[in-house]
Amino acid sequence: MILDAIISTLKERYASPFEMVSDGIMGMNQRNVNYIGRYNKRNLFPLVDNKLLTKDIAMKHKVNTPSLIGVVSNQQDIKKVVTTLGTHTEFCIKPAHGSGGKGILVIKDRLNDSFIKTSGQAISEHDLQRHLTNILAGLFSLGGKADIALIEELIHFDNVFSGYSYDGVPDTRVIVFQGFPVMCMMRLSTKDSDGKANLHQGAVGVGICVRTGRAVRAVQHNEPIHLHPDTDKNLLELKVPHWLEVLKLASSCYDMSGLGYIGTDIVLDRDKGPMLLELNARPGLAIQICNNAGLLPRLRLIEALTKKHRLTLEERVAFSMQHFGIYKDSL
Amino acid sequence: MVSRGLFYFVTAALFLAGILLVAYQKITFDVPFTPNVKNHVWTVEARVEFEPVIGQTTEVLLSLPAIQPGFTQLEQITASLGYGVSYVSRDGSNYVYWTKRNPHGLQTLYYKADMLRDNEAIASSMTVPPLSENVEPEPYATALREIATIAMEHSADPYSFATQVINEISEKNETTALLLSKYKKSELIVTILNLGSVHARTIGVLNLNERRNQKLTSKVAVFKNNEYKIFDPDDGHTGLKKNQLIWIDNDNALLDIKGGTNAQVSFTTLHQSVSAISTGIRKAKLNMASGSEMPTFSLSALPVEEQNLFQNVLLLPIGVLIVVFLRIIIGIKTSGTFMPVLIAMSFLQTSLIVGLIGFISIVGVGLIVRSWLSHLNLLLVARISAVIITVIAIIGFISFFTYKIGLTEGVKVTFFPMIILSWTIERMSILWEEEGYKEVLKQGGGSLFVAVCAYLSMSSIYIQHLTFNFLGLQLILLSLVLLMGNYTGFRLSELKRFRPLCIQINEENQGEKEADRLKNELKELKSDPHNVYRKWKQDAHKDILDHLENSEDKSKEQPK
Repeated sequence: MILDAIISTLKERYASPFEMVSDGIMGMNQRNVNYIGRYNKRNLFPLVDNKLLTKDIAMKHKVNTPSLIGVVSNQQDIKKVVTTLGTHTEFCIKPAHGSGGKGILVIKDRLNDSFIKTSGQAISEHDLQRHLTNILAGLFSLGGKADIALIEELIHFDNVFSGYSYDGVPDTRVIVFQGFPVMCMMRLSTKDSDGKANLHQGAVGVGICVRTGRAVRAVQHNEPIHLHPDTDKNLLELKVPHWLEVLKLASSCYDMSGLGYIGTDIVLDRDKGPMLLELNARPGLAIQICNNAGLLPRLRLIEALTKKHRLTLEERVAFSMQHFGIYKDSL
Repeated sequence: MVSRGLFYFVTAALFLAGILLVAYQKITFDVPFTPNVKNHVWTVEARVEFEPVIGQTTEVLLSLPAIQPGFTQLEQITASLGYGVSYVSRDGSNYVYWTKRNPHGLQTLYYKADMLRDNEAIASSMTVPPLSENVEPEPYATALREIATIAMEHSADPYSFATQVINEISEKNETTALLLSKYKKSELIVTILNLGSVHARTIGVLNLNERRNQKLTSKVAVFKNNEYKIFDPDDGHTGLKKNQLIWIDNDNALLDIKGGTNAQVSFTTLHQSVSAISTGIRKAKLNMASGSEMPTFSLSALPVEEQNLFQNVLLLPIGVLIVVFLRIIIGIKTSGTFMPVLIAMSFLQTSLIVGLIGFISIVGVGLIVRSWLSHLNLLLVARISAVIITVIAIIGFISFFTYKIGLTEGVKVTFFPMIILSWTIERMSILWEEEGYKEVLKQGGGSLFVAVCAYLSMSSIYIQHLTFNFLGLQLILLSLVLLMGNYTGFRLSELKRFRPLCIQINEENQGEKEADRLKNELKELKSDPHNVYRKWKQDAHKDILDHLENSEDKSKEQPK
């Protein structure tokens, strides 16, 4: 009797590991040992953790990324920041080692000597310099290490996404395995998540079909939803434009970084199309929940593919679109 | 990347080496697996006193304790001022041999031996004595034969014969009175037994009972083929008690002295309870050929202070193993990887309840102070330093306050690792700002849970005993950690996390599951890699062409 009760409560709370295996769900240990550990070389990690290096190699490989206005790497540079900015009126300042959107300052306009933030608040040049000092001192970097600040051109969101995000950048995360796009999602911030795109803080994750770029389903707090909690927009109507280019861009990040298992964060600029925002060498597992599918069957199919290094980027993307799509219609 | 095969080989080798090392220590030094196993060691001291004959050289020959089942001799020393000492072995018996040329006055010589009560000892130096020829004068010979005949009639084998002989002698009548006036009782029994063709001899037995000035008591060993039983000549009881040590098991005298008179030997016995570990090592040393040193792989050779230090250090791997298990297999989140182990180490000093209360209050107050510090926008190093000083202040306050109100236990909070606590506060504070208090409670609670688990295992006296005495255990722990580092299965927490996903995959994909489709494709690919690859590549090309056409169509449409 007691044993039965225990077993039934266990079944209520925990999934059966065998079922999870048959669904191909990937766990943290599996990811760390068999994918990150095996396909991501340790010496390549700085390329990803340092946004300046990411940008450097992206430009070298002609991967579209927000263009760099300037780099502030020491106190002398801070004094010259207005000269560095030149005529740019809108820009974005971010720490090279920042994580989770910390320390990002977005300026949308300049009025006389002051700078206007996206919230409409005006800050002085002195405030701007203080923010840069904080970045250099490592206030926003992991472990408080001294950091450098990047000044980038501002991204103008594609209008198709208006209403899908409460605040902040709606970005597309594509997991790329050995150059093949494997699984995609969009992360939309909500009031709950405080404008951040972290799923466990309450952001909405929308699984995206690899073949079509259309929403598969949307999830908040692990539960499926249909409408955006703040804007009431139907999330299942979401379709990422320029989908082929997004996938190609994501795919090219493998050739450029050499990392076998990465998460690429891509934003869509109104004028310039898909742009690489940053790379992540330890992409999370929640993408499986958004897509209602396990990662492992897809990864294993690619692992089993012989001569995959002979395939061109277009062929790899086409392969992924054919095999990992949910909807059958073409683009 | 190291191949899996090599990895498993190394892990297995480490595991095996650990097991072997443990087995070596268990077998060679007899280190017990459980703590507080005591062995009984009897220190027996023989004191020889005599008056030397002036002008003569003195030679003293003292029999040493016999080799016997139930006892192992650990050490022996002599104390004899100005005497030459040597141990000699003669006819399978051992003696100590003291010599001096010109002794004056009353001489006292000491011989001391540590005898370990040892159930594994089975060797014996007892030999079967020859039958002595009966050359007794009359009327004793007749009396002896008479008793032998009666006893023989009433007995079946040597042992019952001996019992009957003892019975007959114990009866008080003319015959026994006659015989006992000439012979000592034990000698008498041996003589009669020999008449009945039974091998027997008298032996000297020492009672081990913490008394001074004891003498050996005589017993009779009766042989049946190669076995023997020991009989008490007074009451006929057989066998020896646990605290009876055979000192002489041959027909030689206890003491043989030349150049001395009025010699006598007295014994003092002293009981000691000694830890099984040290007697094991002493015993093993004894078994070795002299001169070569046997590696003990034990830390009991170190000074006591260093031993205590090592005892704690050797416990760390146990804590680490628990952290690895709880993080990799269970999936508990902790703040700081090995912080819980260090907290558990300080729990060992403070006791659990005091430690928990201390930890929670220090971290709680620290977080409040830290939240104020974060308003000041300080740089990291300065901020941590401020937190460290705060932590020290809190610890100081707690110990002072609790001491004042009479709780001396509270003073022990000073055992907490202050730097580690400061970093914990710093990390938790950042976590609070970034992820909210829920995450702080989750990780803080997780850390405490891990710390308590680590504490419970490290505070067990069994585990402390095992880690300290069996260094091979460390290798086993290492191999276990390596093995867990290779675990790619799910964590328990993931079974919970992905449960909704699991249910939804089954609900929504009523028809064909994606996982099954891809598995079939994988099978297809593996069965014929070359052709399937070509086919898929062609499909991909078709799609690429389609896309091109589409985009061309679009670009044509757009100008309109």
